[in-house]
Amino acid sequence: MAGRRWRAVVGGIGEVFITIGVVLVLFVVWQLGFVAIVDSNAQRGVVSQLEAQFAAGGEGLPEIPLTPGGTTTDPGGATNTPKVTLEDGKVFAILRVPRLGGPGGPARSTRGSACRPWPRAWAATPDTALPGAIGNFAVAGHRAGHGNPLIDIDAIREGDVMVVETRSGYAVYRAQRHTIVPPTSVDVVAAVPQKPGVKPTEAWFTLTSCDPRFSSTNRYIVFAKLERVIPRAEGLPADLLADPR
Amino acid sequence: MYAALWRRLPGSRLVKSLIALLLFLAVVAVLFVWVFPAVVPYLPFENVTVDGAGQ
Repeated sequence: MAGRRWRAVVGGIGEVFITIGVVLVLFVVWQLGFVAIVDSNAQRGVVSQLEAQFAAGGEGLPEIPLTPGGTTTDPGGATNTPKVTLEDGKVFAILRVPRLGGPGGPARSTRGSACRPWPRAWAATPDTALPGAIGNFAVAGHRAGHGNPLIDIDAIREGDVMVVETRSGYAVYRAQRHTIVPPTSVDVVAAVPQKPGVKPTEAWFTLTSCDPRFSSTNRYIVFAKLERVIPRAEGLPADLLADPR
Repeated sequence: MYAALWRRLPGSRLVKSLIALLLFLAVVAVLFVWVFPAVVPYLPFENVTVDGAGQ
């Protein structure tokens, strides 16, 4: 009798451990599989909705000036004319990086809530320049998880096209260089990248994600420089978004 | 605990297996839809910012 009870206790402990193991495996499946599918569907939905809104005139979306002088509250000290305020958590742009394939993702401002999971692919860093403006338009996105929007960020090469589409038109950037830094190196989003306090004279775009893949030990940073801005009416040149791969 | 559950399930071995599978899938659904989304903010995986609530 004592032997049976002992076996039941040991068996019960074993079952608890097996259960914990199965739950952990399920968590990984959920994080890397389930959430990825749900979120990439959601991202596609947001992109096509935004495309439709842009096509219909962009009512209610922020009108970001296409003159390189237009910046928001820029810590680098650039001019604030005219001021456009991005609403927290509101989608305002589509980012298209042909090297990464796919339709790109919507960008949204996450002032004050940047640490919440971003089911919408990426988020603009608060208090950086607007797309196309003098200063540094900084965007961060998930490397792995949430649909893996920037899983291949390390494939971006010098000269690659990176287009930020807003209601007003297109800011066309070209990748210049990349770097890998610890998460605390916030100077990558300075108005002049990695030169905090310097007054900006050029329009930069900084794209940040985690590195290495499936880890968040470091940050993988791509710096791109504005090539030109194109008004919506003019449209993008047909071959600009051709897949370079 | 699983042995006791198995004994309590009605029907033949096939019916028991089907019910057990359905129960397992129900548990997976509860975990995926409610439990995991609720606990993930408390886990280190998504703490990727250096200001605010991160780090």
